[in-house]
Amino acid sequence: MASINYPLENTGVGQRTEHSVLQILYRWIATTDHKKLGLMYIICMLLYFVISGLMAVAIRIQLAIPNNHFVSPQTFNQLFTMHGTTMVFLVGMPMVAGLGNYVVPLMIGARDMAFPRLNAFGFWAFFFGGILLYSSYAFGSVPDVGWFGYAPLTSKTFSPGASTDFWVLGVLVAGFGTIASAINVVATTVSMRCPGMTLRRMPMFVWVMLIDALLILLIFPPLAAAQSMLMIDRLAGANFFNANAGGNVLLWQHIFWIFGHPEVYVLIFPIFAIMSEVVPVFSRKPIFGKPAMVAAIVMIFFIGSGVWAHHMFTVGLSSLSNTFFATATMLVGIPTGIKIFNWTATMYGGKIRFATPMLFACGFLFQFLVAGLTGIMLATAPFDWQLHHTYFVVGHFHFTLIGGLVFGLFAGIYYWYPKATGKMFSETIGRLHFWIFMIGFNVTFIPMHFAGFLGMPRRVYTYLPGHGLETWNLISTWGVAIQIVGILLFVVNVIWGLWKGPKAGDDPWDAWTLEWATTSPPPEYNFEKIPVVRSGRPLWDLKHPEDPDWKFE
Amino acid sequence: MSAPLLALLLQAQPSGLTEHKITNMFNPLSTPTRVMFNMGMLEFAITGAIFAVVAGLLAYTMIRFRKRRDDDSRQEPPQIYGSNQIEAAWTVIPILIVFVIAGVSARSVWGVEDASPPANALHISVVGHQYWWEIYYPAYNIVTANEIHLPVSRNRDRATYFEYTSKDVIHSLWVPEVIGKTDLIPNRVNHTWVDPSQAGVYWGSCTEFCGVQHANMLIQFVVQEPADFDKWVADQQKAQPVPTEISAGQKRFQISGCWACHEVKGTRFNGRIGPDLTHLMSRREIGSGVLDNTPENLRSWVVNPQQAKPGCLMPQSKISGENLDQLISYLETLK
Repeated sequence: MASINYPLENTGVGQRTEHSVLQILYRWIATTDHKKLGLMYIICMLLYFVISGLMAVAIRIQLAIPNNHFVSPQTFNQLFTMHGTTMVFLVGMPMVAGLGNYVVPLMIGARDMAFPRLNAFGFWAFFFGGILLYSSYAFGSVPDVGWFGYAPLTSKTFSPGASTDFWVLGVLVAGFGTIASAINVVATTVSMRCPGMTLRRMPMFVWVMLIDALLILLIFPPLAAAQSMLMIDRLAGANFFNANAGGNVLLWQHIFWIFGHPEVYVLIFPIFAIMSEVVPVFSRKPIFGKPAMVAAIVMIFFIGSGVWAHHMFTVGLSSLSNTFFATATMLVGIPTGIKIFNWTATMYGGKIRFATPMLFACGFLFQFLVAGLTGIMLATAPFDWQLHHTYFVVGHFHFTLIGGLVFGLFAGIYYWYPKATGKMFSETIGRLHFWIFMIGFNVTFIPMHFAGFLGMPRRVYTYLPGHGLETWNLISTWGVAIQIVGILLFVVNVIWGLWKGPKAGDDPWDAWTLEWATTSPPPEYNFEKIPVVRSGRPLWDLKHPEDPDWKFE
Repeated sequence: MSAPLLALLLQAQPSGLTEHKITNMFNPLSTPTRVMFNMGMLEFAITGAIFAVVAGLLAYTMIRFRKRRDDDSRQEPPQIYGSNQIEAAWTVIPILIVFVIAGVSARSVWGVEDASPPANALHISVVGHQYWWEIYYPAYNIVTANEIHLPVSRNRDRATYFEYTSKDVIHSLWVPEVIGKTDLIPNRVNHTWVDPSQAGVYWGSCTEFCGVQHANMLIQFVVQEPADFDKWVADQQKAQPVPTEISAGQKRFQISGCWACHEVKGTRFNGRIGPDLTHLMSRREIGSGVLDNTPENLRSWVVNPQQAKPGCLMPQSKISGENLDQLISYLETLK
């Protein structure tokens, strides 16, 4: 079995060199290499993150004081619609695809994804879907119906012009890309694992990405169906959602949230995946209770697919339905709790190195805990009748998606940055980025919970003075200024690392999965010899021949 | 407090009702909101305890097991792969917690949703419009807009039952102290009820995004002592006296086309698109809460509603000078 030595040999066979800009550009555009596509996803994601973040800045400036005239009501509605749509479909989804693409084949010792051309198709579908959505600005017809576009506000009557068509088609096209990339991740993990890598030995990251891809395949077709129905309504005069002709506007809500709620898990699973790599490596211990961690993800997959109507506690469902969906939603807390406990237990008894990726992982743990607990509050239908569609909800899901998702994503980006670039970022700037961004995040989003308690509905372009909302909104807006400093530090760090960063070496974190066994950045074919593994931590086995993991399996 | 100031305050509150501009969901004043409040308090207690325990454990672990500065050995800590007993424990405890919360939640849902109305309940229908509320009292034959009058009901004897629907898109009605959120949905009727225990004026709003002026779709619940409420009903039931001679303002109302959207009972003005104006001057607000109902505000609203509420469906009127004076003086007779 011991057919590989550490580090893996790499003679540089087959490495090509280009000179002209056109040649380099052509190689990127025509590429089917999973690493290039992965990086292209991540770069697009970061660009959209900045664009969508700037929209959020405009929203916060408008809401800093009551009766502000920074933007018109129309523009404000476009801003929050495009902010939400972009963050979910053009930041969240390329993050899922980008991480899956870049890391999964490396971790399972494969040379590429199972379907490289499908992979390229997936990226370009996402890319042009995004362009289609944003071309609405060029045509002056920007979507303004909110990111979940409730019928009948999306009908021709209430949304004339082409704005909603841009919204539906852009997201639909990007969604085809997502489905393609999910098929690829499933096929790759099923069929491309290196010799010796049984499902039990597959790293946690790959396990979670596999379940994530299956969840995408479960929920994106319903979204495409809902969007197609809406398009037929708008362009061909059907009446699926036309209340005046006997259509049912709640049908949209059901189908949308059958997609929309599990979508939250699609977005957070890759972060669970990152956590399950970063926490063990920086605690110097294997993940605690790996079978339970996998079981928890599968449980979230199943339970999470049956909780969608907790977005609809106010639409007048029967008491039985409300109770069912409230209870189901709370059940999700159990496997999620298992995950948090197991990460804590992984750290317990370890030797924790607080390098930048681990700092972000720790920030994730505290903030995601808060998001989970406010989620339990919203899950109880009776309390939700008060909290639903207020700023409390806005605070809650930003704790999930920024406090959880973005912090975990930064942990992942800092963790694999040396692998993808071959350079180290600045640890000092990284730490500064963490602390400033963490403070800015909390200053922005904690006050939103209180604005919600005071009765501020979400999606309002202004509010009247004298209703007690001024202070909390002003604090929120100042928090954004602090967050901007944090993000700028991140940009500086990425550029500084590429420009002046020291060489990272193959394995800067002393980690255990296969991607750290090849060079940084990895060659196009990843591994000159396909590695053979005997346990879940092949590099641990190589580094500790006296105490290898396979003895305990 | 000095006497003149007190007098001024009382003058500002002609109905003598305390106005709750700053809403407070933690001051529940009806049975359903009290149920929601109790649910919330249980949630705060449980999630607060969970946060303290888990965050405490996390912080303890991070501090206790950090790599010390003086520890530069490459010695790895003991490799622990898991423990079935420990994992069983932290699976069972959350299950028990969920069992408790889900049970209380179920009981609360049933208690609010499936309560049947008492025989003499007041019935009100609310119809959502972009961006205002139309309110019907079928038993009293009253139509009004943007403020809901209802009686205090100390032992559910005069509880109020609502029917909600919408003329256009989905809206949602929420007045935190008095009534939780229920959506107003086209082609569907939703039901909810309240029994407010304390008189006052309570602000609320539309909480489902309904278009460009969603932000200014506010509402007020005017909760009155039963006697005051009955008096309000009697006032509202009076039709406007038919004048022997058509006034100049009334003509202006006709010529300018106001009647195409607005109704004034007792006249031939019977528009059904905008709010009924029969008792306009008895209302507290203009434009669904965007302006207080004062003569100056009424004037600026009639001239150009797009100023205070850009994107609302009432167009700019282009009336000015003497015509405007006549129109306003007519509107001011609609008491």
